[in-house]
Amino acid sequence: MAEHLFQFVIWCVALLVLMVLLWLVYGLLDHGLAKLSFEFLLSEPQNAGRDGGIISILVATLLILAVTLLAALPLGLASAVWLAEFTATHHFWARKVRLALDVMAGVPSIVFGLFGYAFFGIFMGMGFSVLSGGLTLACMILPVFIRTCEIGLRGVNNSWRQGAAALGMPKIKAVWYILLPAAMPAISAGLILGIGRATAETAALMFTSGYVDRMPESVMDSGRALSVHIYDLSMNVTGGDAAAQASALLLLMIIIVLNMLAYAVTDLWLGRRLSNDLA
Amino acid sequence: MFQPHADRIAKPLLAAAALVCAAVLVLIIAVIISGAWPALISQDLVVFITDASWYPLEGQFGMLSMLLASLLVMMIAILLAAPMGIICAIFIAYIAPVRVQKIYRFAIALLAGMPSVVLGLWGLTVLVPLVNKWSPPGLSLLLAGIVLAVMILPTVALTSLAAFKSLPIALQQAASALGVRQHVQILKVFIPAASAAILSGMLLAMARALGETMVVLMVAGNVVQFPSGLMEPVRTLTANIALEMAYATDQHRAALFVSGLLLTAMVLVMMSFAARIKGHNDYG
Amino acid sequence: MISPDKGFTIGQLTEAKACCEPTPHLSVQNLSINYHQKTVLDNVNLDIYKGCITALIGPSGCGKTSFLSALNRMLDMTTGATVSGQVTFNGENIYKSDKDLLQLRRRVGMIFQKPNPFPLSIYRNLALPLKEIGIKNKQLIEHKIETVLKEVGLWEEVHHQLDMTATKLSGGQQQRLCIARALVLQPEVLLMDEPCSALDPISSAVVEDLIVSLRGRYTVVIVTHNLAQAKRVANYAAFFWMQERVGKLIEFGRSQNLFEQPQNTLTAAFIDGRKG
Repeated sequence: MAEHLFQFVIWCVALLVLMVLLWLVYGLLDHGLAKLSFEFLLSEPQNAGRDGGIISILVATLLILAVTLLAALPLGLASAVWLAEFTATHHFWARKVRLALDVMAGVPSIVFGLFGYAFFGIFMGMGFSVLSGGLTLACMILPVFIRTCEIGLRGVNNSWRQGAAALGMPKIKAVWYILLPAAMPAISAGLILGIGRATAETAALMFTSGYVDRMPESVMDSGRALSVHIYDLSMNVTGGDAAAQASALLLLMIIIVLNMLAYAVTDLWLGRRLSNDLA
Repeated sequence: MFQPHADRIAKPLLAAAALVCAAVLVLIIAVIISGAWPALISQDLVVFITDASWYPLEGQFGMLSMLLASLLVMMIAILLAAPMGIICAIFIAYIAPVRVQKIYRFAIALLAGMPSVVLGLWGLTVLVPLVNKWSPPGLSLLLAGIVLAVMILPTVALTSLAAFKSLPIALQQAASALGVRQHVQILKVFIPAASAAILSGMLLAMARALGETMVVLMVAGNVVQFPSGLMEPVRTLTANIALEMAYATDQHRAALFVSGLLLTAMVLVMMSFAARIKGHNDYG
Repeated sequence: MISPDKGFTIGQLTEAKACCEPTPHLSVQNLSINYHQKTVLDNVNLDIYKGCITALIGPSGCGKTSFLSALNRMLDMTTGATVSGQVTFNGENIYKSDKDLLQLRRRVGMIFQKPNPFPLSIYRNLALPLKEIGIKNKQLIEHKIETVLKEVGLWEEVHHQLDMTATKLSGGQQQRLCIARALVLQPEVLLMDEPCSALDPISSAVVEDLIVSLRGRYTVVIVTHNLAQAKRVANYAAFFWMQERVGKLIEFGRSQNLFEQPQNTLTAAFIDGRKG
């Protein structure tokens, strides 16, 4: 009897959580699907975003992401290579770097926003700009990205390191030609997760990339990210709900695609590791 | 010591990249402290967190009511999310059939990746009108806690799931060998055995809730007042920064940086507890 | 087939004499190996002769593999391992502090117990080490790849699929590819750490034949647990044993002598299968 009750409660809660998720998705579809069309995606916002579309918003979002990736990718990869391949686990500075990254991963996003506003915006003189927003997001996604890359590199079969060393290859060449390609699935998964976080982020962008909904002409222009657009339409623009819901639906679709990609890539990685272990 | 030429060039460059990344943290802390500095020297830190009168135009920067609102919203969220998240983990780990398991995991992962602004929008356009019929204005402490609970539930569920999965197989075999019924196994053996990791995950979820801005900004109502009831609108520290940063100057701006500093400090304390409970780390 | 009794000339090592008149190629003096202050191999003195196959035999854990990886300083990659003593190669102590390890390892190649082809194409596996030593000419690279693949008997099997990922090859093919990869740099010495132990019996026999065919052209040092194999392939054999938990070299000599008239009672016991 108790056993059945237990099972019943668990199934109920599990279903409840699933219902909440479905309710959420249904709400977006219900309010936003009618508005979401190619015309909506490809036209300029008008009347504070109530009418028209979101093309300039999409361009700004992509530009911000591009800046984020251009900054975070090389820096993050280099750091991960140093941590995984060029230092012992208990190396003094490596430990300090890991601690700093873990702390950074906990800093609230609104505080990243304050930091980006004060440092990139005012101190570096970038003002409200795509550049300022992108760099702020780069700082934000670095910790998780570096961690995933480091774990991915450490998971690479050690015999390839030995093989390369036995052929008289410098470490950095082994990293470049063999270890990084071998760790590529883990690195891509980390990257996709980072892109997902950056796309979903709002608070850190409000005071860095700004609210201007015109088409950004360069990275020094202010640009409104999709998430900021959703916030602004729903909170500050009466009658902007339909456009907000449609934008939110699009954002959710982007996140789902990224999630599925990360899933597939991780499966690939685990699968490949498994087949290597068996070989 | 011999080092190949290529490595001799690469190693300091890579180390420099890593140190730059670590330096970002130092920079963040320095920037936030220097932004907060004018307020910190003009007023005792204790006043910020014990005084409830936030009248920026009159130069009064007491954050107590917003601090309380932040903490209360967080508590409501974790009280809801912790039991449900743990149950979701039990469901995936022990109860669900294999195919359901996969789908359900994906659903939880999807919820984990849900942009907080989308959650906020859902709260604002779907939940608030519902609550409004019964207890206007609808925007409230409780509702913010509920939407936040949806947001942090995946954190609890996924960390608990990882904890269950990392329990030794021997434990599971021993429990089954004794002929104990499944719910007794789960409640009396697996949950206690995984309790440290589950608790650590709960702390991480609380830290996320405390640091979250968008959800509370959109559904908590943003009225600066002492939270006197569950259905009252409140304003949290994070929402306050988001609302006032746009026009704040001088001392007011500095006070907002103080609240950022306070938030960061609280979140980091929770995260370090989480790390300590879980035990191993590799920077000790 | 070439055999030490008939004498043979030495391919790339033209200046050397036949194997029957041994010339030291690697000369090991007072070599000791420690892991975290614990001695695993104590005071080994041994000459490895040019163009010959030297087998290292003995029970597990007696320091054979450590000894082998001390010869191209791969042991440096093991944390906590320290080495004292000297290894002279081409008239130079490889343990002097500024020794160019890349050059050393290109001259002294290594084959591992588990085949470790890189997760790249067969072609890239062989081209990568060549590019590293500065060979850029595509024709030359292709020529060298064809030569070594023929040398290890893989050419017929793989020449039409050089762009296939090397990890898709069978275990035996992978190991022969690894040998080809070491040979493509034209090393003088090849160190082999139980190269057949992870392979099935048929592949193992193919790789063994390949090792025998290297005799005379390369100096080969091979660690093996398989005494019959050691007997079949080796010109010289070195027997290691644990004494008071420390690995020691007990006996070294011509393989025939060591297997048929061991001088040491421990060796005799081990070969008869009474110990080890």
